[in-house]
Amino acid sequence: MTKITLGKGINAGLRAAMEADPKVVVMGEDIGKLGGVFRVTEGLQKDFGEDRVIDTPLAESGIIGTAVGLALRGYRPVCEIQFDGFVFPAYDQIINQVAKMHFRSHGRIRMPVVIRIPYGGGIGAVEHHSESPETLFAHVPGLKVVSCGDPVDAYWMIQQAIATDDPVVFFEPKRRYHEKAELDESVPPALPLHQAKVVREGTDATLLCYGPMVKTCLQAAEAAVEDGRQLEVVDLRTISPFDLPTIFASVKKTRRAIVVHEAPYTLGPGSEIAARVTEECFYHLEAPVLRVTGFDTPYPPSRMEEDYLPDLDRVLDGVDRVMGY
Amino acid sequence: MSESVPGITPEVFAPVEAPVSPPQASEEVEFVQLLTPEGERVEHPDYSFDLDDEAIKGFYRDMTLVRRIDTEATALQRQGELGLWASLLGQEAAQIGSGRALNSKDMVFPTYREHGVAWCQGVDPLRLLGLFRGVDQGAWDPRENNFHLYTIVIGAQTLHATGYAMGQQRDHAIGDAENGEATIAYFGDGASSQGDVNEAFIWASVFNAPVVFFCQNNQWAISEPIDRQTRIPLYQRAAGFGFPGVRVDGNDVLATYAVSQQALSRAREGSGPTLIEAYTYRMGAHTTSDDPTKYRLSEDLEHWKLKDPIERVRAYLTRTAGVDHDFFDQIDAEADGVAATLRAGCLSMPEPELTDFFDTVYVEQTPQLVEQKEQFAAYAASFEGEVR
Repeated sequence: MTKITLGKGINAGLRAAMEADPKVVVMGEDIGKLGGVFRVTEGLQKDFGEDRVIDTPLAESGIIGTAVGLALRGYRPVCEIQFDGFVFPAYDQIINQVAKMHFRSHGRIRMPVVIRIPYGGGIGAVEHHSESPETLFAHVPGLKVVSCGDPVDAYWMIQQAIATDDPVVFFEPKRRYHEKAELDESVPPALPLHQAKVVREGTDATLLCYGPMVKTCLQAAEAAVEDGRQLEVVDLRTISPFDLPTIFASVKKTRRAIVVHEAPYTLGPGSEIAARVTEECFYHLEAPVLRVTGFDTPYPPSRMEEDYLPDLDRVLDGVDRVMGY
Repeated sequence: MSESVPGITPEVFAPVEAPVSPPQASEEVEFVQLLTPEGERVEHPDYSFDLDDEAIKGFYRDMTLVRRIDTEATALQRQGELGLWASLLGQEAAQIGSGRALNSKDMVFPTYREHGVAWCQGVDPLRLLGLFRGVDQGAWDPRENNFHLYTIVIGAQTLHATGYAMGQQRDHAIGDAENGEATIAYFGDGASSQGDVNEAFIWASVFNAPVVFFCQNNQWAISEPIDRQTRIPLYQRAAGFGFPGVRVDGNDVLATYAVSQQALSRAREGSGPTLIEAYTYRMGAHTTSDDPTKYRLSEDLEHWKLKDPIERVRAYLTRTAGVDHDFFDQIDAEADGVAATLRAGCLSMPEPELTDFFDTVYVEQTPQLVEQKEQFAAYAASFEGEVR
C-alpha cells in the first residue's frame, strides 16, 4: 500500500504502461525535463529516454497528427495536451482523422491513441485554462471519453485507456491532482474502463457525476445526512460510452436523479443522461432529472469561478428541488 | 544523372550544392546591432538610428518604467493579489523599440506578455492586471489604443493581425511610409511552431498584407529550448514564405526601433510583410507558476545579464551623451510613483459579480440565458447575509 495523489497515480500508471509495453510513447509540451506543467510525467524522460518521452514543438495539431502516424507504425502514443483550452488546434486531427480511421478503413486500422487533457476549473487560472470540453469529444462517434475521479482510478484507468485499441480522450480533473488515497498496486482494478461505480450508497436521490465533481457530490451527500437525506453518488467514470445499466439501476432505486458537471448546461452530458433515464426509468421517476452544471457562458474570470462552478450548496439546492416534486 | 521528365524542365533536377550543416537556431549568428552591451554606438550598413539623444532618453524612461511595472506586478502576484503574471523581464528593448516605431494608425496584436508595447500604445498598466487578477478578460477597448486584447492561445493572433492588415489593404489605407497603416503581430519562438503562425506567413505573403511579424525569440517556450522549435535561425524561415526576414539584437532598443521602423514603412508603402526576429532572453520564469531552475542553467542567465537592455542605454547616456545623475534619479522616482499607483489601483479594483457576465455572451441575448441569469441571481440572493 502506498499513499498517492491523483497526479502521481497517473504518473505511476504511465510508468507501468511504459514498462509493460515498449510501444507506448508519451508526447507533449514540456513533459520531458520539466515533467509537465502539473508534473504528471515527472521522471519519465529520465527513465525511458527522449525517444519515448517526447518534448514536442508547440503545435497541438502536430502532436495529434504525428501520433496518428506513430499509431499507424505500431506505437501506442499517449499525448498530453497542456490545458483544456489548448486542444482546439488539434481538434481537426482528433475529429477528422483519429476518430474516423477505424471506421473508414473497414476496421483494418486501429488508433490506440490516448489524449490526456487536464480539464475543469477551480485553480484560479487565466482564460482557456479551466474549461470542460468533454461534450465536444463525447459527441463524436469513434472517440471514447473517460474521466477519473480519484487517485486509484487514475492509476488504473490510464493503463486501461492505453491498453484500449480505440482512441480514448482521457480527462484529468486538474484541481484534484493533489487529492490523496491509498493504492495497492497488487490488487487488480475493480472495474473495466467503461463502467460506472457507486461511490456512496443512498436511497433518496442519485447524484450522477464524474471527474472533479465526484468529491463535490460526496461532500454534498455527507452534508445532506443532516437533513435526513441519503444520497447515492455514482461516479460515471466513462462519458462515451455511458455505463447506462449502472445509471438506470441506481435511479430506479432512488427514483430521483441529478446530473452534476462543470461543463455548460445546454447539450452537456447531463442532457443525454436525462433523456436516456427518462426513456428507461419513466415509471420509476418521482421527479424530472435535474442538472447542476456550469452556466451557458464562456468560463468567467477566475474571481467568479466559485459562483460558476457547481459546489456543495448548488448541489444541495438541486437536491431540494428534486425532492420538492 | 537526371532523366528528362515530360513537362518538367531539367533545371528542376539540377544538383543542389553539397549539403552543409545548417546553422543552429541557438547559435548567435549575426544580427543587427546599433548599441553594444557596453553602450557603444555601432553602425550597420542597412539600418541606421537617426533620432537624437532626447529620444534615447525617452527609450530609457520607457524601459525603466515598464520594468518597474513588471516588477510590481510580480510582487502583487507573490502577495496573492494576482493569480498569475507573465513577466517581460529582459525583453524591454524588443518591446519599446518596436512599440515606439509604431504610428498612431498602426494596429497591434499582442500575446500576453507585451506589457511594454501596451505602454507605448497608451494602455493604462492597471488594465493589464485585470486578466491576471481574474476579474476581467478584456479590460481595454482595443480600438481606443489600437492594441488588441491579449491572446493566450499561442500564435492565434498572427492570423488575426494578417486579416486586419488585409482589411487595411482593402480600405486603401496603405500607400506611403508616413501616412499609410500597418499591423504588427507579436509572438514568441514557441508559437513559431504553430500551424496558425505558418498559415499567417502564407496569407501575408500571397496577399502582400501590410503586416510585420515581430517574433521575440526569448530562447524558451516554458521548458523547451529554441532548438526544439527550429533547426535554423527563425528569421531565415521568412525566405521560404517569400518575404524578408531579419534578426535584430532584441536587447538593443536602438536596433529594434530602426529595424521595426523600416519593416513598418515597407508595410505602409504596400511592399508587404517582414519577419523580425528579436533575439533576446526570458530573464524570468515563463509565468509566476513556472520554475525554470528545473530545466535551465543559471550560467545562461548570468551570461545574458551582461546584455541587459537598460544598462547599455544608461551606459551610453552617461558616457557619451553626458546625461547626469539627476535624470536617472528623476526616472527612478517616477517609476516608484507609477508602481505605487498601479498597486493602489490593483487593490481597489472592484470585485465583479457573475451576474454581470451573462449579458455579453451574445449581441442578441437569448431567452435561455436570461432565465439562467435570473435563476442564478435568485439563488445567490438566498444567501444574502450568510457567509458561504
